[in-house]
Amino acid sequence: MTSRRQVALALAYRQMTVLIKNPALFLPPMLFPLMSFLAFAGGLSRLSHVPGFRYEGGYTSFVFVFVLLQSAAFSGVFMGFNVARDFETGFARRLLIAVSHRSGLILGYALSALLRWATVAIVLTIVAVIAQMKIGGNGIDIVGMYTLAAFLNFAGVLWASGIALRLRSTQGAPLMQTPVFLALFLSPVYVPLDLLKGWIHNVATANPITYLLEAGRGFLSGNPVQVLLAFACGLGLAAFFGIWAFRGLRRAERAAG
Amino acid sequence: MRTLSQVWEIAWRSIVRTMRQPAQIIPNVTFPLLLLAINSNGLRAATHLPGFPTSSFLDFFIPIAFMQGALFASGTAGVDLARDIDNGFLNRLALTPMRGVALLLGQLGGAVALGTIQAAVYLGVGIAAGVRFETGAAGAALLFVLAVLIALGFGTLGVLLALRTGSGEAVQSSFPLLFFLLFLSSMNLPRNLISIDWFRDLATVNPVSYMIEAMRSLVIEGWNAQALALGFLFTVLMIALGLAGSALSLKTRMART
Repeated sequence: MTSRRQVALALAYRQMTVLIKNPALFLPPMLFPLMSFLAFAGGLSRLSHVPGFRYEGGYTSFVFVFVLLQSAAFSGVFMGFNVARDFETGFARRLLIAVSHRSGLILGYALSALLRWATVAIVLTIVAVIAQMKIGGNGIDIVGMYTLAAFLNFAGVLWASGIALRLRSTQGAPLMQTPVFLALFLSPVYVPLDLLKGWIHNVATANPITYLLEAGRGFLSGNPVQVLLAFACGLGLAAFFGIWAFRGLRRAERAAG
Repeated sequence: MRTLSQVWEIAWRSIVRTMRQPAQIIPNVTFPLLLLAINSNGLRAATHLPGFPTSSFLDFFIPIAFMQGALFASGTAGVDLARDIDNGFLNRLALTPMRGVALLLGQLGGAVALGTIQAAVYLGVGIAAGVRFETGAAGAALLFVLAVLIALGFGTLGVLLALRTGSGEAVQSSFPLLFFLLFLSSMNLPRNLISIDWFRDLATVNPVSYMIEAMRSLVIEGWNAQALALGFLFTVLMIALGLAGSALSLKTRMART
């Protein structure tokens, strides 16, 4: 293996093969978003009657965008578990010795996470369409929404890989997923930002995921809002956690000797 | 050795083992609290819905912390037993005069201990955060008892899963299914305010709804005999069915070994 691209593609192929051969590994990333979608769209739709709730797409669409972002972030985080497991089994150490462009490893894991999330996103979208989700946006809007989610997927896998490369143990799993979970839920999940009151409104306003969520909802309803800010947040998150992951890789290299 | 002494020996081992894993206890206790803090603020707008039973979403939502804690306790009980099966402890125990009932009840010691700690913490934090019980101190005490019983009930399901599969991974993979029961209940809104018919029907046939509503009634309604009777009935049924299923599975597993 010589080029970074070849390393990334080979690793992504291997990860997808492992996934296909072990459906149990695929179940949690698939089940959680579906569960969230059914619970929120089914159980909370009355929230659209709260005074001041304004969203043209209806509550199913409103919730769908959050669940899509959640699935993207967690598909990335679950890939971090795989990185840690690869270190525990010794596979990752052998990879570090074998490849010449080690940054290709992170790209490979990121590509696997993206492929894994794409599968989840397709199933989730089909379920949402069956649940009569309204799509007001045109083709470009919809591509914009999925691109924002892909940024979050990328940020998620880079964050979790950074932890995995530093700890090199699956015991770091809570550290990978808890902050992501909190960051997601500290955004306007159930109602628009204007309807949040108190400390959660301030936290949500400062949370970059809020802008991804609001822009995504705008795309889906056909009224894009804060698009530039959302893409800047997405790119910023991916870049920041990219540095975090690559510094983690250097640490893993030093630990491997 | 009498059966009671045998139960105590195994229960003590289970309690000590659980308490020696702070990495397991701390997230199990704190995660429901974080969700309580986030959701009680994020969903506060729901109190503006006509017919919502209270003006405080914290009062409405606090039973969910107990339910989530109980679900986590079930995972602990199941994974610990699966580890005993995996490392041969159960096989060695089968060579002793230990009775099956002692093994089953004893294995639940850790889950009950964890459930008790969780219930005490959630009750203390809830009251400190401003939760007011319409039923007073007696209601708070009854909620505590019900919460521990629910933890025991879910613990029996964890043990059942462990005995049937013999694998910690399988128990953990089944965990989302138990969480699904919580998601498809009246956890976020009262059933009469759920506007999607299929979701309301599912929540109505879901026993978890009645456990939540029994706890909730103590906080926001006052003494509601029907809600309490249904909550305790389904909890006791879950314990009985979980133990009966576990006893059958234990026989099969002992026969295999």
